[in-house]
Amino acid sequence: MDWSAIFLTIRLALVVCAILLVVGTPIAWWLSFTRWRWKFFVESIVALPIVLPPTVLGFYVLIAMGSNSPIGRWYQSLTGHGLPFTFEGLAIASVIYSLPFAVQPMAAAFSNVDRNLINASSILGASRIRTFLRVVLPLSVGGVVTGFVLSFAHTLGEFGVVLMVGGNIPGVTRTVSIAIYDHVQALDYAGANRMAILLMAFSFVTLSITYALNRRVWAVWPMHR
Amino acid sequence: MASGNSGESDGRLSVRIAYRTSNSFALEAEFEASAGFTMILGPSGGGKTTILNCIAGLARPDAGRIALGARVLFDSAARIEMPVAERRLGYVFQNLALFPHLTVAQNVQYGIAKVPAEERRARMMTMLESFRIAHLIARKPGEISGGERQRVALARSIVTNPAAILLDEPLIALDNATRSKILDDLRAWNAAHEIPILYVTHSPAEAFALGERVLVLDGGRILAQGTAQEVLATPRHETIAQVVGFENVFDATVRSIAETQGTMLCQLDGSTTRLEVPLGHAETGARVRIAIRAGDIIVAGERPHGLSARNSFPGRVESMRREGVRVVVMIDAEGATFEVHLTPGAIDALRIEAGKKVWLVIKTYSCNLVEPSVRS
Repeated sequence: MDWSAIFLTIRLALVVCAILLVVGTPIAWWLSFTRWRWKFFVESIVALPIVLPPTVLGFYVLIAMGSNSPIGRWYQSLTGHGLPFTFEGLAIASVIYSLPFAVQPMAAAFSNVDRNLINASSILGASRIRTFLRVVLPLSVGGVVTGFVLSFAHTLGEFGVVLMVGGNIPGVTRTVSIAIYDHVQALDYAGANRMAILLMAFSFVTLSITYALNRRVWAVWPMHR
Repeated sequence: MASGNSGESDGRLSVRIAYRTSNSFALEAEFEASAGFTMILGPSGGGKTTILNCIAGLARPDAGRIALGARVLFDSAARIEMPVAERRLGYVFQNLALFPHLTVAQNVQYGIAKVPAEERRARMMTMLESFRIAHLIARKPGEISGGERQRVALARSIVTNPAAILLDEPLIALDNATRSKILDDLRAWNAAHEIPILYVTHSPAEAFALGERVLVLDGGRILAQGTAQEVLATPRHETIAQVVGFENVFDATVRSIAETQGTMLCQLDGSTTRLEVPLGHAETGARVRIAIRAGDIIVAGERPHGLSARNSFPGRVESMRREGVRVVVMIDAEGATFEVHLTPGAIDALRIEAGKKVWLVIKTYSCNLVEPSVRS
């Protein structure tokens, strides 16, 4: 069993989910309440990774991170090394890749919150941030958990983007899905199977827990007025 | 505006707004509300909630000015639009909008979060006790009854010491007894605080029972405003008559005019029944509309004698149904159907039943002349 690949994958997924919570929540909040006429434009950009082949996304992320791009050069001058083929680069690419899976369930949950509750909060003198933290977020726990789990599972299983941006460096960018590919390339089907079963079992358990939790979330608040 | 400035030192709410929506619904309203209940009465879709939303800042008027005491909440000319959170209003929505995930205590303390914890708790307890819901403190909105939820919603708004309270049919789902108890509590609270309370309702009974002042709103316009007596006494439009609760509205033709008596005799359409009504701006042969409240009609078991009432004529009971503590009786008088409200006791005493012949007695001044509504 390739434990370093497993731990690396879990670490990557956790880091990506943490970043997505911080970055994705405001985007989801903004998307569910803005009346800006060009909102669809932002929605399309966020949703792009769903339809785009991971290799295309990975290719452009690689270019954007490269030493020829301003972003790449800026990062290099800051840290002394480039982004491609590092854990940080992989994490950034994965954040972009999993963004829609975090944002969409959260935005759906936010916009399902009764507008009257948000209005009532404002009338009672609450700021927008307080309204969000005290009313919208607690009533959207289901959506936030779903977004977290979906992006976690999605990051666990990604392959194309990792290969393009991270390569295959053991302990740095060699995730489980890359390891499985390696095993198959080496005709080690038993090794591939061990890791594949692990990934599948883990994904299944995570999803089951999410759905079970989500159901209980609804049961706590039977009344939605 | 001189009229807007007069009341700005004493916490009065003055409103002058024009509001349009894309589907051509337009609202134009101008009124002042001083301390106490001002009832906004009208059919649904008449613009009642829109007025409240404009005052609260949930809707933006196209033009106008809204001031509360010395504070200007909205002024299109001066480009003032105070944020919702700074308006210091209590607003109880029709669906109450209690926070379902918070307990009663957390709901009531929501609007006073900046108050120090000890004082906050004391204020909450005072409020819960005066609304008799202190025992519900740890419950969530889903776990208490409808009447209790209404009390929590009122307490949550009022505990913030608002400068005005907006109530959008908050008690619509309650039975009369519960409703009047809650309103008594609210009245008692306001006796000490004296702030304007705008109360939206479509029930004329509620409006005239509670309100020091009544605004009648329909089709986005204020049709009448004043004290309950003033609004009831001067139904100038047919819509007002319907809104304020004339159960009987008849089209009729003026047959003769008795100028010196101050009356005229009108024949109801489709009936031989004639009614003596107060003199109006009409000539013989003119078409008029007459409105009579069902509670103003007296029913007699036999032909009455020696009455001051000028109208008495026979009819036949068509049907009757009980509505709470009153009985609604439909009586046919030679082709014209009158709705009459009687007490169950009167029904028993007169032995009224379907098919029985009775006499109807109506005072001249119970017959209100109303103009046909202006259709736009």
